[in-house]
Amino acid sequence: MIELFSGIKVDWIGKRQIFFAISILLLVIGMISLIQKGKFEYGVDFRGGLTMRVHFDDPVPPIEQIREALDKSGATHSQIQQLKDVAGNFAGNFQIEYGGTADETDNSHGREVITKALDAAFGVPKSGDRILSSEYVGPSVGKDLRSKAVLATLLSLGGILVYIGLRFEWIYGGAAVFAVFHDTLVTLGIFSLFHKEINLTVIAALLTLVGYSVNDTIVVFDRVRENLKIRRRDDLESILNDSINQTLSRTILTSGLTFLTVLSLFLFGGEIINNFAFAMVIGIVVGTYSSIAVASPLVLIYTKFRGRGAAVAPAVVKMPRPAKAR
Amino acid sequence: MSKRILQRLGVILVLTLLSVYLFSGFPPSFENMKKRIHLGLDLQGGIQLVLRVKTSDAIRAETDQTIESLKTQIQKENITVREWTRTQDNQFNAIGVDPTKGSDFRRILTEVHPEWDVISTTGDTYTLQLKQANEAQYRQQSVAQAISTISNRINALGVTEPTIQQRGTSSSDQILIQFPGVKDPARVQDIIQSTALLELKLVEGTGPLPSKEAALQQYGGILPANLEILPSVEHSADGSPMVYVVKRTGGISGRDLKNAYVSRDEYQHPAISFSLNAEGAQRFGVLTEQNIGKLLAIILDNRVQSAPQLKSKITDQGQITGGTGGYSPKDAEDLALKLRSGALPASIGIEEETIVGATLGTDSIKAGITASLVALGAVLAFVLIYYKASGINAAVAMFLNLIVLLGAMAYLGATLTLPGIAGVILTIGVGIDSNVLIFERIREELRAGKNAASAVLTSFKRVFITLVDTHLAALISAAFLFQFGTGAVKGFAVTLFIGLVSNMFTAVFVSRTLFEIVLTRKETGESISI
Repeated sequence: MIELFSGIKVDWIGKRQIFFAISILLLVIGMISLIQKGKFEYGVDFRGGLTMRVHFDDPVPPIEQIREALDKSGATHSQIQQLKDVAGNFAGNFQIEYGGTADETDNSHGREVITKALDAAFGVPKSGDRILSSEYVGPSVGKDLRSKAVLATLLSLGGILVYIGLRFEWIYGGAAVFAVFHDTLVTLGIFSLFHKEINLTVIAALLTLVGYSVNDTIVVFDRVRENLKIRRRDDLESILNDSINQTLSRTILTSGLTFLTVLSLFLFGGEIINNFAFAMVIGIVVGTYSSIAVASPLVLIYTKFRGRGAAVAPAVVKMPRPAKAR
Repeated sequence: MSKRILQRLGVILVLTLLSVYLFSGFPPSFENMKKRIHLGLDLQGGIQLVLRVKTSDAIRAETDQTIESLKTQIQKENITVREWTRTQDNQFNAIGVDPTKGSDFRRILTEVHPEWDVISTTGDTYTLQLKQANEAQYRQQSVAQAISTISNRINALGVTEPTIQQRGTSSSDQILIQFPGVKDPARVQDIIQSTALLELKLVEGTGPLPSKEAALQQYGGILPANLEILPSVEHSADGSPMVYVVKRTGGISGRDLKNAYVSRDEYQHPAISFSLNAEGAQRFGVLTEQNIGKLLAIILDNRVQSAPQLKSKITDQGQITGGTGGYSPKDAEDLALKLRSGALPASIGIEEETIVGATLGTDSIKAGITASLVALGAVLAFVLIYYKASGINAAVAMFLNLIVLLGAMAYLGATLTLPGIAGVILTIGVGIDSNVLIFERIREELRAGKNAASAVLTSFKRVFITLVDTHLAALISAAFLFQFGTGAVKGFAVTLFIGLVSNMFTAVFVSRTLFEIVLTRKETGESISI
């Protein structure tokens, strides 16, 4: 058999200080980026407003001309940028964020205003459509969606907490939820760092990751539970370490394979779903890391905090023992 | 092979064939697949609209109608009321009610309009308000009517497979509309949004006035409560629209319309002729007879189209002309369509509009399929190298998983969106994970010295519990996603959910059966390739 990870005996729990440092560093970097920008970069479905993607045949007019055409029609304060595909190629496509006209509070007419202005200035495109896509979201909808997104995430986390708490012990549920929460924060921070937009599908990715990254954690805790039944005499720290080491090959393999699939989505899935794929890619890496480096050490810390002799682990009475030599 | 294994193989075969049939027909073809798998708008291109029905318009109209009705009722009983004014959408005042007839007034109210309450009386002024329950009911009705009117208009356009439905709970005022493959969003928006409310009201005065201020001047700055100022389609010399002063109530509305069709006016330009129903014709007859010589404003969506002089009694026919140039043939056709399908009971606001061009749609499909194939290829390559012959087991389970997933989606009529394709790719990942868990456990058991048969047996038993845990956790978050998400995200949640369920089946049932088939061909003690 080809074995990649047999016989590994790393003291994961012992290295927890390093891991906490890494986690805190990631979180801090994300926080700094957020504070600098003031808020998340929301996609149009959270922000409200009008975002259009338009196409120009060759010869593609320079961006200043396009801006002029829009300003003339009254669509001032619109933001225009070139659109490149995932590989970085430019094909005459632009993204326009409508800034509203001088007297309009309602931007739902923006699409008409922009289309008329562009067609008047540059003629109707011969091959294909002018409008690649257009998304208008009214002002009240964006706010509503944001609060729904937060609610859904919290409910999801709560559901996971209850589920794991019932299947294992509440401390395991708490540790798992804390790890997932950590993953979500790190992912959001990285999104902010890389100027990536957060839209509805990105939230969908985060919610999926909540369910998925709990996987690895469950695999480890599952083994912990099994080992605790068998090895009643050993201390929690070595059991946690051994459980991680034993499940390491399957943790790395499963995460690695899923990582391959979402990496394929990130590289080949096209531009529209790219932010979603980015969230998944980051989420899986961080999720695997947190199952090893965050969830398990938390169980240990909580157990130590509750004092030796407290029966935290299922079906086991902890024996007070001096720390084993590494 | 034992009977048990044959039975299991039979189940697997039947399920596979059934799934293939469900999503690609028999014999399987791309044509059938296109028909059976419903593509979302982000893949086939089209428009999605979320509209909000401004139900307050309908309440206001209801209040106005109640005022009219009460006027007639009290006239019959010789009760005098000096003035009627609508104060809020759902409230109006009856001012100067004959003090001796107070109880009669209340009696009429309870008899004829029980849905109204007298909420206060000051001197001889009664303030009436629509009851809460009735108001809620009218709001719901106006949404239902808006949906039906919009459906009529859309069906008259001949769009293929439109979706028109109320969005949210039954008390919601939002409508979701989807048009696959529509090319002219501006026309669609116009057809849907214009209220197309036709009203005929008496003009106060002898003609249009140059501006709102000029009109107010005539009344000393304050407009009497029974009059209103409406803009006209005619423009004065400086380009600003002229206005008419018209009587608020007592006219004819689009509810009385029986038919509307394109015709020609006296200059042979396209115009719209309309006819009224019996009740409307009667009222119109009375109105025109009593006001010969005055102007009648023909009002469309609160703008005066024209104001011809009443020369004689008219009962059931009328014509809307388009001024000096007339309507363009297309505009006339659209307007007649809107009038025929009925006026919208309330105005419609656009909450969300999403347009995806057909080119983008096909590009997205291509990208999605490419990503799926690459993911599948990468994963299968790894599994075949790392687990050797058992990798074939994983590959077969993976393919069956995808087939069952597609079949289930076709059966449930689920919509495949671009995030849905991402869900399929994620299912590939989760599917292979399940196999890895099982295979790693088998390796562990083999390392511990067990023989092939018992290693396989124990592994499946033990890993099943883990699989249930991990799948349930993912299912929980998929369920939340489905609840919270809209459109494309719902598509993702659905494919993820179905994929997880079908994965439980293939990873456990199918993989195990395949192993057992391999084991029966081995001698006891012989090893398996894993």
